[in-house]
Amino acid sequence: MIELIDMALLLIMVVTALGFVFIRNLFAIVMLSGIFSLTAAVLYVVMDAVDVAFTEAAVGAGIATVLGLVALSLTGKPDEAPSQRSHIGPFMVTLLTGAVLINATFDMPNYGDPEAPIHQHVAPRYIQQSGDEIGVPNIVTSVLASYRGYDTLGEVTVIFTAACGVLALLGRRRRLKAGDVAGNGAEADR
Amino acid sequence: MIGKSILRVTAKLLIPAIMLFGLYVQFHGDYGPGGGFQAGVIFAAAFIVYALLFGTHRARRAVSPGVIRFILAFGVLLYAGVGVFGILLGGNYLDYNVLGHDPVHGQHNGILLIEFGVGATVAAAMITIFLTFAGHDRPLEDD
Repeated sequence: MIELIDMALLLIMVVTALGFVFIRNLFAIVMLSGIFSLTAAVLYVVMDAVDVAFTEAAVGAGIATVLGLVALSLTGKPDEAPSQRSHIGPFMVTLLTGAVLINATFDMPNYGDPEAPIHQHVAPRYIQQSGDEIGVPNIVTSVLASYRGYDTLGEVTVIFTAACGVLALLGRRRRLKAGDVAGNGAEADR
Repeated sequence: MIGKSILRVTAKLLIPAIMLFGLYVQFHGDYGPGGGFQAGVIFAAAFIVYALLFGTHRARRAVSPGVIRFILAFGVLLYAGVGVFGILLGGNYLDYNVLGHDPVHGQHNGILLIEFGVGATVAAAMITIFLTFAGHDRPLEDD
């Protein structure tokens, strides 16, 4: 049963990915990317990774879709006609990369294999000790916030930097534009 | 504008619920799925829904960009500050054991604080990015 659900979800993702390639309407592609993320989120739920699914649904399907729509309305570029150049070269590169990646998955341990290296290293310690050491029922939270506190600090810094970068690149243009209109400068500075 | 009245009324009902859910995810992250990151995104989503339906001008009037930028920096500083505070109390950087009268309480306090910092920065970053993208004084939606 669970394999059937997995297959259906993966099939939806493949169809959506094919849609990216063949559809020319940018609005439809932004919507498809939202669908792709939401399907991935459902797949994570099936794999019992609810925290990851939560993030994927909120960021991938929610915020990223909205930002894609905003970027679309900002640039307002009409959908480009497909160029007439040959795509054989890029297609071969894509095919080769895909083949290498698929080949690499054969070396990966089976899904849920308790003997997999990732389950042998620090995971047993987290599962056995985090209840006494941290006392938080959600192990994911204790790993993210306490055992791996440095990494999370780094992630937050990345997000902070991203917002600063957007402000530095696009924030100034708004202020200049608002300054052109008389009496609007005070509004923009607020 | 008239065509959006159904959306606006629905949004007015939904936005408080979304914010409340964001707070739930923020402070319930220790017990269920979620945490600062997801909560920040959900909280920002409530704000973005408001900005989409009522215009970025009114959204800016609700929370000024200056306040949002302050929160943006405050979250990271709170996170890093918890680490420094741990050093001052005699522990290692980001070692929460010293933040309470016993290690487990210290861990709880530390996680609560840094998750709050994560949520604040993520929410402010998402709102900042959205408002900067959409803040070119013209209606966002092409109706």
